[in-house]
Amino acid sequence: MTKLHSQFRAALLDPEAPTPTGLRDGQGRPAAKRFDVYRNNVTVALIEALRTAFPVLHKLLGTQNFDQLARLFVRAHPPETPLMMHYGGAMPAFLEGFAPLSHIAYLPDVSRLELALRRSYHAADAPAFDPARLGVVTTDVLMASTLTLAPAVELVRSPWPLVEIWRYNTAKGADKPRSVPQSALITRTEFDPVPHALDAAQVAWITQIRAGATLAAAQDAASAHDPDFDLTPLLSLLIQTNAIADLTTPKE
Amino acid sequence: MSNTMKSVAIAGAVAAALAAQSTTPAQAAGKEKCYGVSLAGENDCAAGPGTTCAGTSVTDYQGNAWTLVDAGTCAEIELPAMADGTARTGSLEELNRDLPA
Repeated sequence: MTKLHSQFRAALLDPEAPTPTGLRDGQGRPAAKRFDVYRNNVTVALIEALRTAFPVLHKLLGTQNFDQLARLFVRAHPPETPLMMHYGGAMPAFLEGFAPLSHIAYLPDVSRLELALRRSYHAADAPAFDPARLGVVTTDVLMASTLTLAPAVELVRSPWPLVEIWRYNTAKGADKPRSVPQSALITRTEFDPVPHALDAAQVAWITQIRAGATLAAAQDAASAHDPDFDLTPLLSLLIQTNAIADLTTPKE
Repeated sequence: MSNTMKSVAIAGAVAAALAAQSTTPAQAAGKEKCYGVSLAGENDCAAGPGTTCAGTSVTDYQGNAWTLVDAGTCAEIELPAMADGTARTGSLEELNRDLPA
């Protein structure tokens, strides 16, 4: 990269930086105003991208506040790749270090959820899994088996009512969030990812399963959080939302 | 948890989940999709920026100094310290010192 290139790039994200030296218009005059227009467009386009990327964060903060946050963010964290659909990966950490908004402590988790929803949307399809396979093996085999979840399945842990906050800002007439911890399990039945609220025991079960643990080990982990843990609602959810990709039984 | 109790619990959950699955109408998956769409709202874009559903650019908004959050729905959501005892970090005194220019 030449000196002009690096100077040009640095100045794009810093409104205080001088126009790169050597920029001329068609008649050989300095092109400072043209550069300013371009610099402004770059920032505005990236702010616009963040509004698309974090619709709930945008709604929670309101446009004016969100745009101010976004302007600081895009200058600190410009896109690292031309593929924009995952832009904003640094947002959770950025929000955690952003003092003016630290009194709204659930915002970083909201941004994590929105990032995970986009990852889920763009994740690969899973081959169809026939849930009847769960019912034809013996219980002993099942206990020693592992499950592979679909690539679109995402888990976002949170001490906040994350799913209710998301729903309150996306669904008309949704109830105000209650003060309960809710982690989010994202599944994608066909095309659209949907977050579902999980309690601590369900999070423990999913975490074990995703790490390749057996159904018996996952049951133990969940029961450690809740002695009355019932797998039925979570397993029904996984089956009904096509979240299970495969069942691996132990080698005989 | 004993192995017997565990196997009963797992086998019971599988049986119940499969029974629930068999009584769910075949078009449940399609319904789920519509549900997702209506949840998303008119201005949402699940695919994210840089995709065909992202909007076009608008003129820059020349913001003034950072103002306290009041425009968004943040203000409508009042959450005390979490029920599980997680402490809320920071205090209002400290927060107000660090407002950006």
